[in-house]
Amino acid sequence: MSKERNVDLAKWSGPKRPYDLIKELVIALVVVTLLIGACAAIFSSPDERAVTLQQWSQTAPSDFVATTTGELAGTTISAAYGPPYNNAAEGLKLGPLKLQKWSGVTIPVNPSSDFVLTPLKSSIDPDVATARATWLSASTDQQTKWAQDYAAAIETAGDASKVTVDATFGPVPVLANGLLHLAQEGSLDGLLTTEVTPLPGDFTMPMLFLADGGYFDELGATKHLHGDQWGMMNETGSYPGQSWLWMFSFLYQIEPFKSSENADSEIFAMLMLLTLGFVFMPKLPFINRLPRLIPFHRLIWRRYYRDNNL
Amino acid sequence: MTTMWTTKVRRATIEKIDPQDALPDNQPSYVASWIYVFGVATLAALVVIIASGFVLTSKGATWWHTSSVGHYWNSVHLWAVELFFVFMVVHLWGKFWMAAWRGRRFQTWVTGTFCFLGSLATAFTGYLIQGDFDSQWIATQAKDGLNSVGIGSFFNTLNSGQALLLHVALLPFVVGIIVVWHIILVRKNGVVPPLDAKEIAGGGK
Ligand code: HEM
Repeated sequence: MSKERNVDLAKWSGPKRPYDLIKELVIALVVVTLLIGACAAIFSSPDERAVTLQQWSQTAPSDFVATTTGELAGTTISAAYGPPYNNAAEGLKLGPLKLQKWSGVTIPVNPSSDFVLTPLKSSIDPDVATARATWLSASTDQQTKWAQDYAAAIETAGDASKVTVDATFGPVPVLANGLLHLAQEGSLDGLLTTEVTPLPGDFTMPMLFLADGGYFDELGATKHLHGDQWGMMNETGSYPGQSWLWMFSFLYQIEPFKSSENADSEIFAMLMLLTLGFVFMPKLPFINRLPRLIPFHRLIWRRYYRDNNL
Repeated sequence: MTTMWTTKVRRATIEKIDPQDALPDNQPSYVASWIYVFGVATLAALVVIIASGFVLTSKGATWWHTSSVGHYWNSVHLWAVELFFVFMVVHLWGKFWMAAWRGRRFQTWVTGTFCFLGSLATAFTGYLIQGDFDSQWIATQAKDGLNSVGIGSFFNTLNSGQALLLHVALLPFVVGIIVVWHIILVRKNGVVPPLDAKEIAGGGK
């Protein structure tokens, strides 16, 4: 099909029929508007309230304290993330390409100070102020040891409130509980969004913190939104969601991507390749002959084929 | 040869347009199939998307959470998008099986694919700015994919302000231009003849 035919290139000189383009457009607009209006009335749209740090800290205080401790220990997802937030890791690779690393730290996030120590400056509890000072004057090794020991103790006890606090954890329990109080009374939500301006639009800080915890993740699982539940194209409730992302979602369900450490970047590259194939489909050998080999077009133009005895 | 820019632009644009091509009142006899409805239906759904988007924009991003009228407009916007994609996908498969890129219509196909890709990006930013649990979830999940290839360094899904502006200003503008371009190309080239239409003498445009 590479050779163009004159009949495709030339202005059509065969038989014509009257065709009222504008009328068709107006009719389509009216019908489609009614259809959409009816769907909206019948099916509505989901609106599940967003989660706040306050809700998290009130509903799952132990998870909150454990996550806060993890931020101090440097073991959470965001503390160990790498670019664009920090240099804690190199990030994913795409074969030899370290795109994530090369793109640099453009949205600096230091979880222990941004999520924990800086907001704690607003605490009115004098013990918290003392604990903060103790933390800041300690060596990095000492800080990490305190936090890791407390994290391990929470894990063993199964709940932060069951841990017997002693000096092995240094100031960490006071810091973590201080942040818990700030969150429970509702001020942490504001503190993490208004650092730049009191009219916030950027939720990087509270969202990274929230997503580090187990609470948010579980909420996603109960709403069947996880990646291995095809969550990328699902929406809360029984709504069709972004069904056009099926290919994206599908790749996460299959090997070699499913078990790859670099699944995100590899799937992205794969999609770019497929997209390129989509854009240049008319130029792809074999693919561009499919319409001839499987003659759906005879169905589409059946009146023309019938009238012309083709 | 004129040296005037205005004359050159006029000759390259409006003088090239035959009014009968731009707004035809007849079509080749083969333009008789349900498949042709889907391009127009996609366009109609886009009009509803833009109109409902205007209503939501004029009232502000959080209005629909507190007003039942607002919620209805949000539903209209959502269902317009869902149908828009359904229509577009049928349209695009139709064009594929018709091999509608024949006769120098490759550019029409390519602008069509850009309509699709631009719409994906616009819909994605729309999901990010709902201001509900869904947006929070999508934003935290999607950031890893974008970060892994370096896009996250300039497009931060957790920055709702950025997503909001992309969704209501930049992306619709870009998609709008591509759609207009797509349709101008369709009108300029005329509707592609059937695969087995009889060969005619002459040709070329
Ligand atoms: C925003 C999305 C889109 C809109 C509003 C749109 C609109 C239209 C309209 C109104 C037509 C003329 C009527 C018809 O033939 O159905 C058309 C033709 C066409 N479209 Fe699209 N389209 C869109 C997306 C696409 C996509 C995704 C593709 C393919 C990748 C595509 C490929 C084509 C082609 C090849 C034609 C020319 C058909 C011919 O000559 O018979 N379009 N489009």
